[in-house]
Amino acid sequence: MDTLLLSRIQFGANISFHILFPTITIALGWVLLFFKLRFNATGEIKWMDAYRFWVKVFALSFAMGVVSGITMSFQFGTNWPGFMETVGNIAGPLLAYEIMTAFFLEAVFLGIMLFGFSRVPGWLHTLATFLVAFGTTMSAFWILVLNSWMHTPEGFEMRNGVAFATDWWAIIFNPSMPYRLVHMLLASGLTVAFLIAGFSAFRWLRGDQGRDVRAGLKTGLMLGAVLIPIQIFAGDMHGLNTLKYQPQKVAAMEGNWETDTNVPLLLFAIPDEEARENRMEIAIPNGASLILTHKADGEVPGLNDFVTPEGEVMHPPVAPVFYAFRIMVGTGMAMLLLSWASVAIMARRRDVGALPRPMLFVMVPMAFSGWVATLAGWYTTEIGRQPWLVQGVLTTEMAVADVPAPFVGTTLVAYLAIYALLLSAYVFVLFYLAAKAGKGEQIRLRVPQPGEAIARQVPAE
Amino acid sequence: MELFGDPGQWLPLTFAGLMGLSILIYVVLDGFDLGVGVLFPFADDGEKDMMVASIGPFWDANETWLVLAVGLLLVAFPTAHGAILTALYLPVAVMLIGLILRGVAFEFRVKAPTPHKRAWNTAFFVGSLMTSLAQGYMLGLYIMGLEQSWATWAFGALTAVFLTVGYSFIGATWLILKTSDVLQAKAVQWARGGIWGLVLGLGAISLASPLVSDRIWDKWFSVPEIFALAPLPLMSVALVVLLWLALRRLPTSDDSWAWFPFVASIVLFTLAFFGLAYSFYPYVVPDQLTIYEAASAPESLFIILVGTCVVLPMIGGYTVLAYTVFRGKAQELRYD
Repeated sequence: MDTLLLSRIQFGANISFHILFPTITIALGWVLLFFKLRFNATGEIKWMDAYRFWVKVFALSFAMGVVSGITMSFQFGTNWPGFMETVGNIAGPLLAYEIMTAFFLEAVFLGIMLFGFSRVPGWLHTLATFLVAFGTTMSAFWILVLNSWMHTPEGFEMRNGVAFATDWWAIIFNPSMPYRLVHMLLASGLTVAFLIAGFSAFRWLRGDQGRDVRAGLKTGLMLGAVLIPIQIFAGDMHGLNTLKYQPQKVAAMEGNWETDTNVPLLLFAIPDEEARENRMEIAIPNGASLILTHKADGEVPGLNDFVTPEGEVMHPPVAPVFYAFRIMVGTGMAMLLLSWASVAIMARRRDVGALPRPMLFVMVPMAFSGWVATLAGWYTTEIGRQPWLVQGVLTTEMAVADVPAPFVGTTLVAYLAIYALLLSAYVFVLFYLAAKAGKGEQIRLRVPQPGEAIARQVPAE
Repeated sequence: MELFGDPGQWLPLTFAGLMGLSILIYVVLDGFDLGVGVLFPFADDGEKDMMVASIGPFWDANETWLVLAVGLLLVAFPTAHGAILTALYLPVAVMLIGLILRGVAFEFRVKAPTPHKRAWNTAFFVGSLMTSLAQGYMLGLYIMGLEQSWATWAFGALTAVFLTVGYSFIGATWLILKTSDVLQAKAVQWARGGIWGLVLGLGAISLASPLVSDRIWDKWFSVPEIFALAPLPLMSVALVVLLWLALRRLPTSDDSWAWFPFVASIVLFTLAFFGLAYSFYPYVVPDQLTIYEAASAPESLFIILVGTCVVLPMIGGYTVLAYTVFRGKAQELRYD
């Protein structure tokens, strides 16, 4: 394999591993703040117990996100120097603002949030929790600004092959940014909703049916049920935005080869890029036209429009985009079904305990449904941008480093091994913590008075 | 932008200064927590917990300075960023894997089942060691002008060892400050053992950098520079002597002066850093690319600078808050 392909696999592996953890921490920070505020308001211990369990998951996820994020900041330079050399004048300030307004904020206050409970006044601990949640969200904002700009670049001009910023407002609020940001924040919310529901269900099934588990199950399922319809709507809007600015991506998502009206919605197909056609199509007539143009005879762009007369393919590889999109949508539908059905049962019977056991069993693997949908969604949009790195400005091939392929190959194997190890360890420890909390090994806490710090004894000098 | 003259001149200089500041803060702050990791095998299990407790609330923010430093290199000097990082491809990968291992080990060692704790302790040590060695190696190669040859690799290996010893030294001085009793006494022993490595490291770098480059030689050894610069090495020697004397008397019965080795180490690192910065200015890639040639467009630098002026004092402020909240001797880390 050549350096380009190896570098792409390496960056893809890295960013796939990385995104799993911010997806959790962005929303979990806010959920923790919610638990904390509920405890402050009601004084009910179940909220603090829920906080105490999920803050461990937060700390672990945060560490995983930090270390894999550091890796990426270096790989820009080691593997993709052409990226910063060409668009550094735009990407640079955005990354700098992310580091300065988000990374330091979350990193510093994380220490106080995790270990400062008995060292600082209650209000400062709540403030630290807020600032960590705020920091993770700011971080998501800046990085999605940059990512969206790579899809829909605006507010710049090219001089001697280098991009120069002309309008920062247009750069930051580029056409796809609002959609992508909302779509990702909702994805994070859903990931956390199902994570909390799933692990609460796991604890429930193991006989740990305390009030904090009840509260977790209810919070997770309610959050999921509220967010999923909003997400489906936001996703649809994002798709329409993509149709306008990156029609070749939508063509790949729909598996549509020829620009046409009355295009069917393909539920399943095997796209064959060699023959430039689909095999084994299962389709709903006019479906794609209806979804994308809201008219049965609306026109949907086709992939064949994005092949130059010389035969150069300027559209993304079809099959991965096509499948990834279907996995994302399918997972979303499963989320909708599960959350609405369970909330309906809880509402009817007015009791979390009324949820049937098979449903709880389904919730456990669904704890990671957010990861599946998020990864599939990112694969759709990022592979869908190929062959461009920055749409219309810079191809991925132009940005790759002149590093010997064996170097990239060796480090790739090392990264993959360590990611596999860490991911297994992470999932294992999550289940271990949940099981341990269920055995009642968790120390019942010393109840702090809200707004009052407890002096801790200093170990003997 | 025209306020201070040509922005093509003062902006690159300002950003080189900011980047240098981030690197210095990183080397001091992550230096001590990497050093604590390197010292792990010398401690027993209870001491290991206390050592981690002394750095637990800080390590994440400490590492963020590395992200800021490489971020500034990336945003302010994009061509240099590419040139340096592709030349250092493999050591960077080693460092990153080390950082990953130690970063997650912090969490896993206390959250995984007890039988796994030993393995995560090992990961914490190995990760810290890999990171320190890789950084030392990169420092050596950078001093050698990023040339690849047996001689430069050998020098890189040398600086790898010395920087690791240097980190473990400042780590030991941090433990003297933050711990008590048996562990504190042990930390004094570790610091005594590490000070020689520090002296050799500083000596090797001071000797090698002027010998490698005529330009650096001239910057240090011509008149009148040699007199103006003399305080730098003299102060370093004086500090080393003071450190050596202090370490012979510590720990004191009333814990007075426990702060001194750590503070003196910071000053020593700072002096060494200024020496290096003076040697290499105005180059960002040694003898190939100056900060002025490598700089981004002034418009982009200016927009970052505006933000920096607002945000950096805030970062400073809440960093001080964190160190104030967790001041005094380290305590067991708990979430409640």
